[in-house]
Amino acid sequence: MNSSANSTPALAIENLHKSFGKAKIIRGVNLKIGKGERHAVIGPNGAGKSTLFNLITGRFPPTSGKVRLHGRDLAGLAPFQINRMGLSRSFQITNIFPKMSVFENVRCSLLWSKGYRYSFWNMVSRSQDLTDAADSILEQINLTARRDLPAGVLSYAEQRALEIGITIAGGANVIMLDEPTAGMSHSETDYIVELIRTVTEDKTLVMVEHDMGVVFGLADYISVLVYGEIIATGRPEEVRANPKVQEAYLGAALEAEH
Amino acid sequence: MNEQDQITTDPTKPAQRMRAGSMTISATPWIVAALVLIVLPMIFTNNSAITIMNQMAITIVFALAYNMLLGQGGMLSFGHAVYSGIGGFACMHIMNATEFFAVLPLPLLPIFGGLFGMGLAMIVGSFSTRSAGTVFAMISLGVGELIAASSIIIVAFFGGEEGISGDRTYSLPFFGIEFLKQIEVYYLISAWLMISTLLMYLFSRTPIGRMANAVRDNPERAEFLGYSARWVRFYSFIFSGFFAGIAGALFAINYEILTEENLNTTSSGVILLVTFLGGVGFFFGPILGAIVFTLVQTVLSLQTDLWAFYAGVLFVSTVMFFPGGLAGLIMMHVPAFKFGKARHLVLPYIRTLLPGLITILGLSALVEMIFHFRHAATGEDEMTLFWTTFDSHAVFPWIIAIVVTAAAFWITRRNVPGLVEAWHKANNFSGGRT
Amino acid sequence: MELVLVNLIDGLVTGLLLFMLSAGLTLIFSMMGVLNFAHASFYMLGAYFAYQISLYMGFWVGLLVAPIIVGIAGAGVERYGLRRVHQYGHVPELIFTFGLALLIEELVQFIWGKNQMPFDIPEVLNFTAFAIAGNSIPAYKIFMIFISVAIFIGLLFVLTKTRVGMIIQAALSYPRTVEALGHNVPLIFMGVFGVGTALAGVAGAIAGPVLGTFPGMAFVLGSIVFVTIVIGGLGSLWGALVASLLIGWITTFAKSYNIRMEDILNGIGISTPEYLDDNIFRDLWTITSPQIADILPYILMVLILIFRPYGLLGKRDA
Repeated sequence: MNSSANSTPALAIENLHKSFGKAKIIRGVNLKIGKGERHAVIGPNGAGKSTLFNLITGRFPPTSGKVRLHGRDLAGLAPFQINRMGLSRSFQITNIFPKMSVFENVRCSLLWSKGYRYSFWNMVSRSQDLTDAADSILEQINLTARRDLPAGVLSYAEQRALEIGITIAGGANVIMLDEPTAGMSHSETDYIVELIRTVTEDKTLVMVEHDMGVVFGLADYISVLVYGEIIATGRPEEVRANPKVQEAYLGAALEAEH
Repeated sequence: MNEQDQITTDPTKPAQRMRAGSMTISATPWIVAALVLIVLPMIFTNNSAITIMNQMAITIVFALAYNMLLGQGGMLSFGHAVYSGIGGFACMHIMNATEFFAVLPLPLLPIFGGLFGMGLAMIVGSFSTRSAGTVFAMISLGVGELIAASSIIIVAFFGGEEGISGDRTYSLPFFGIEFLKQIEVYYLISAWLMISTLLMYLFSRTPIGRMANAVRDNPERAEFLGYSARWVRFYSFIFSGFFAGIAGALFAINYEILTEENLNTTSSGVILLVTFLGGVGFFFGPILGAIVFTLVQTVLSLQTDLWAFYAGVLFVSTVMFFPGGLAGLIMMHVPAFKFGKARHLVLPYIRTLLPGLITILGLSALVEMIFHFRHAATGEDEMTLFWTTFDSHAVFPWIIAIVVTAAAFWITRRNVPGLVEAWHKANNFSGGRT
Repeated sequence: MELVLVNLIDGLVTGLLLFMLSAGLTLIFSMMGVLNFAHASFYMLGAYFAYQISLYMGFWVGLLVAPIIVGIAGAGVERYGLRRVHQYGHVPELIFTFGLALLIEELVQFIWGKNQMPFDIPEVLNFTAFAIAGNSIPAYKIFMIFISVAIFIGLLFVLTKTRVGMIIQAALSYPRTVEALGHNVPLIFMGVFGVGTALAGVAGAIAGPVLGTFPGMAFVLGSIVFVTIVIGGLGSLWGALVASLLIGWITTFAKSYNIRMEDILNGIGISTPEYLDDNIFRDLWTITSPQIADILPYILMVLILIFRPYGLLGKRDA
């Protein structure tokens, strides 16, 4: 069993389709993402990247096709069940608990994985390991100084960092980030990229990203999604050299980049 | 913002010191509260005062239970009286089950009330907590109306129109106390008030209590953190039902009678009003609301027939202008106190609030006069208002009332900008946030 | 058979009256996402205003003017109350309309007192239109049906044939898109709120003389109206119509046929216990349909919410 588990990809997507009414958004995506891989999904606007993300994480049900996490079919599972199987995601539009303190945001994200479940017999503030774990995550995402402020008053970049903190806090081994650097300045982007690099050490990372600098800096593998289909998958340099990709998307983007 | 034991301090302070602060739950407020509860009946010794205090304590427990839903879980219920009512009716039946009641010490009775409230909440919650928001509110209303209406039909349990009455003194004496005297009942209710309040406070610090806040603010995010929003709501709901049931049991012990009134939408509406008035954003809000509401109700209902009208005006203006309630108003001033600038607010406050108060009194005088003018029996032209007796059909009193009100309003309006300016000055360190 | 026909007419009157309220409520809910708890209070205001006007200018002027005043009052509530509370979120909005319902009831008591008003059917309509097997059908009932149907057709025309109607229809399904298209959505909201409450005002003006004009009239009908739109499906106008008629007929039939629970239970093979007076299920055995007629809508609503949360014809979740 152990040897076969090693060869099972962390995430396997098989012939995935999704239509909204008549509009076919995802048209037969196949993808395997190995354990410990950093995989970026890129593609022009409207290619269906966010939809793909939402299908994988159980936010929308697929029209047909399968998603497997560590070999287990995710069909029909609710987001919280998928999360408990070790998959965690961030959102393109910042999705935190704005009225709660920064510390509280992180602590809530730790509760399930620390085994507190629906318990009403122990108090969170009494649990030293919970507090320490939350504080160490705050340190990682560099928000210790903001610890007790309501999350809603943080700057945009800080909220994005908090979002990543919440996403990784639960100790999931598959992390999915939806455009983590969207709307950020250059220096903020550098900061977030460094952050992602450190917090996803030894984990499987799947990300959707627009910023080519980020993609080539972080990703081990890149998949290019165009009109709901993956036209190329491979190492960054292979993808960069792929004529189909250059034609569809990358060339123009790279020219703009440099 | 709605954290109680974690004080929002300026970010420059080292986190280490803060950590020590949030580790322990301060015992001081609890000890003070217990002392106040013990001492109160020694100051207000007459029976009517104790009656009011009992009523207050019961309302506090109920309002806190209600706020577990509304404030902490974001669920708006229009039929929460049903859960306290069921607890109360169950306790009345236990009181009437002579043999069982004879071996049960009265102080344990509320536990049964709580369990019945919780039981009903489990049944209803199994389908109503699927979503928060409008659908939840509608189901709560439907179920509330259904049970209130059934109470007239199912006479065996609810006693029909007359309700069910019993006698608390048939219980097993508790250390020789038979609860014949009002003061003994007061201490029983106060003890349960302390216990329930503490338990509800502690609940808000447990993992499920914290997640209730998270689900309230952002159910989707909570689901992606491994928690089922529905189960989190369900747990909040049944615990709220439990403490509502305890409030119902205390009502049964205090009044020894329960009727359809304890279940109906009016009671549910009152508890919503009390909770919202006190402020849903803070744990102590409902306590404040229950105290103020019971006092105002007692005082005003003795003075005027229009008290429900004033309550309605107060409620609507609270929702419109102070959605944080009384607690929110108080907590707004915390930053000013921290910067040591609160004293700069005293004078502007007096300048604005004093004429403001006169405006409100003047308006209510006019309201009373109109009411008297329209509805008093023919021939009864005299009315007494603010210790003055006058003829409501004469012109002169009307002129006085109108002039005083208008003048006070004008002064209030003139002084408001000064208050606003003082407010901004007093909160200047908070980086623009007020 | 004749009795069935009489009940059908009675149920239709109740159902159409309910629909006049639930139609406005549904429109308001679909557009603004807020359930107006005070909707039935505007119905009450309609009755009282119509009564007050009828004292000086007769019934017909009252019927015409009262809904307009109610509509203006409704628009004012939207403009100066609801719009302000809207920024705090949905729950405060609901609480606001709930408080408003309490306040209007108190206000009505303040102005008109607690007693029922002597608001009567106008002389011209105070005769028997026709009789079915000895049961006389008053002309006023036929008049009520006529008015309700006329309003329904008018509403349908406005919604399907006019530009404003198109915008409202679009806003029912895609509220955000309509806003993005540059329509003055706040103004539309205020208008819809005004028209919705005016419809409730019409219902009040014509129901006042038959159902009684008293301070509790809003409360009696208020929660039933909610139940109606929940059963019909929040946001569905046709659902509101179906549910209104369904509730109208169910309650009318339950009241006029004395169906006893004992007979039903005997019918399915459970025999009556010998000592019924001592039986704990005594109350269950002695239930009759007129007794529970008024709570049947609530039972129906709870069942609908459990088994079909979107309502009979509803599409989207609240």
